[in-house]
Amino acid sequence: MKNKRILKLVGSACMVVVLTLTLVFISGCADGDGEVVYKIGVTQIATHPALDAAREGFIDQMADEGYVDGENVEYILRNAAGDLSVAATIADYFVSENVDLIFSIATDCTQAAAAAVEGTDIPVVFAAVTDPVEIGVADSWEIPGGQVTGASDWADVEAQVKLGMDIYPAERLGVIYNAGEVNSVVQVDELKAVKESLGITEIVEATAATTADVYTAAQSLVGQVDAIWVPSDNTVAVAIDSVVAVCEDNDIPLFGSDVSSIGRGGCISAYGLDYYVNGQTAAELAARILEGEDPGSIAIAMTPMTIIYLCEAAAERMGITIPPEVLATATEVCEE
Amino acid sequence: MLDVVGHLLPFSLYEGLVFGFVAIGVYLTFRVLGFPDLTVDGSFALGGAVAAVLIVKDVNPFLATLAALGAGLCAGLATSLLNTKLRIPALLAGILVMVALYSINLRIMGGANVGLLREVTIFTLTSQFLGLETRIAYQLVVAGVLAIVVFFILNWFLRTEIGLAVRATGDNEQMVRGFGVNTDMTTILGVSISNGLVALGGAVVAQGQKFADVGMGIGMIVMGLAAVIIGEALFRPKGVARLLLAVLGGTFIYRLVISVALRLGMAPGDLKLITAVLVIIALAVPYLQKKVQREWLPPATRW
Repeated sequence: MKNKRILKLVGSACMVVVLTLTLVFISGCADGDGEVVYKIGVTQIATHPALDAAREGFIDQMADEGYVDGENVEYILRNAAGDLSVAATIADYFVSENVDLIFSIATDCTQAAAAAVEGTDIPVVFAAVTDPVEIGVADSWEIPGGQVTGASDWADVEAQVKLGMDIYPAERLGVIYNAGEVNSVVQVDELKAVKESLGITEIVEATAATTADVYTAAQSLVGQVDAIWVPSDNTVAVAIDSVVAVCEDNDIPLFGSDVSSIGRGGCISAYGLDYYVNGQTAAELAARILEGEDPGSIAIAMTPMTIIYLCEAAAERMGITIPPEVLATATEVCEE
Repeated sequence: MLDVVGHLLPFSLYEGLVFGFVAIGVYLTFRVLGFPDLTVDGSFALGGAVAAVLIVKDVNPFLATLAALGAGLCAGLATSLLNTKLRIPALLAGILVMVALYSINLRIMGGANVGLLREVTIFTLTSQFLGLETRIAYQLVVAGVLAIVVFFILNWFLRTEIGLAVRATGDNEQMVRGFGVNTDMTTILGVSISNGLVALGGAVVAQGQKFADVGMGIGMIVMGLAAVIIGEALFRPKGVARLLLAVLGGTFIYRLVISVALRLGMAPGDLKLITAVLVIIALAVPYLQKKVQREWLPPATRW
């Protein structure tokens, strides 16, 4: 009987040891400390080209501001791999490490970081957040109030759709998005507000809750619309190929919003900001905070839209041609 | 080092308690009732959504949390009614309600995300009431008190006549029916309570992390199952009280391992691998122990 108990104990102990070893084995060894002045925690909700670009832009710009990785700054980079409960765990870890600043990429990470730093004096700077006031991390755009400020990725929806309408004027415009993404709903609402000035009489919405629904949503628009515009939406971005396929089969011009996630996927046009620039803009604010400014009084920065993307081959496949005067404005064309 | 442990353990304990509600809910359906209920991912977010929306509308946060529990009960009721009254298989009934809850949660929140940063939550109320300044201290107090209340109520309930009937339904439904117990009723009761607990967990988690999101339930069923299996394998509990504690312990270890992995700087893609490895170890260790002791081993079950 006693033997059995001991065996059980030994078994449990073995399990804990194996677990720890597995962790250490998979993650590799922790790096040693150099002479570090600032410690910056970077929390990112998932691996995604736009979010990765924001991170790189931040780190590069920080170096230009005099905060060089490995010299006077130590970065702790963490990624929640899409698990929202892990976002809170990461934020808490940064607070326990007593970092000098948290750079949070995307909405949920920013909310989690803002909650975790309450009661401390750790500032939070965000990127890839569209409306910080709506999600409750800032009191207003001009004076955020708390410990959180950053660079919004608010895109000028009117300019994006206008680019499409300059190529092919549509009276009935279809929109495909996930109603579960705050950012997308904000963009569609903005489009509805400005549709008259763009010569659009009707906005036809098709929503997709998952990537698997995107194809069906696109199909539902066939025959109902003259053209389709896709906002910056993570769900549709993943399944953009299915939208492109439907548009090519039915000669419906497809216009995009964001360049990297939507436009390059096969759209005729896209007009957007570079998330690398978004991260750089955030870094400028972060540098000001590290120099002693109060984050609560630094206005939330807008990221300038710098990329006009046009694709003649896509236009041809969807049965139209891009007017030469519009084509001349392109900063990037597709390579086909 | 001491500082790390001094912070890591209390935080994981807090997470173990709040996510423990989810694990206990999963334990009730999967283990006690033998009802593979996948509503969990939806009812967790439902709890967060209901509590967050009510709190933003200035309802007392304790009432809001209670309302979330009520909403979870309703979600469980829906799943179990689909199963018992319309004879839809348990797995499918759970999936249907989970999918439906996605839309319902969006409607409740009027969007995908509700922020609670400067709102009054059960945590801020408690910190004011007790005069506790440290975040982790009042978080632990709130989570601990809630867990103790839930523990005692469940420990009492599962020993009552109805509670015994619920447990027996999972063991041998035909025999229990032979004793004149309405097994539909016990299934409905068990699944409802389970989802009520999951929603309670969602409500508390949302208030702790200061936001509710329509995607916050994703992966909860996996976490719950992993926690149950780890708890059972590590603590070999016998009896209701120890079982409940083992499930809480399993959740604590699960969250602790995730925290440690994050501290060690694990690559993002590998984070899910941790869960899988953890559960495989928990499942394999009891078997290997028996093998070492040369006990008789039943053939592998393929459920």
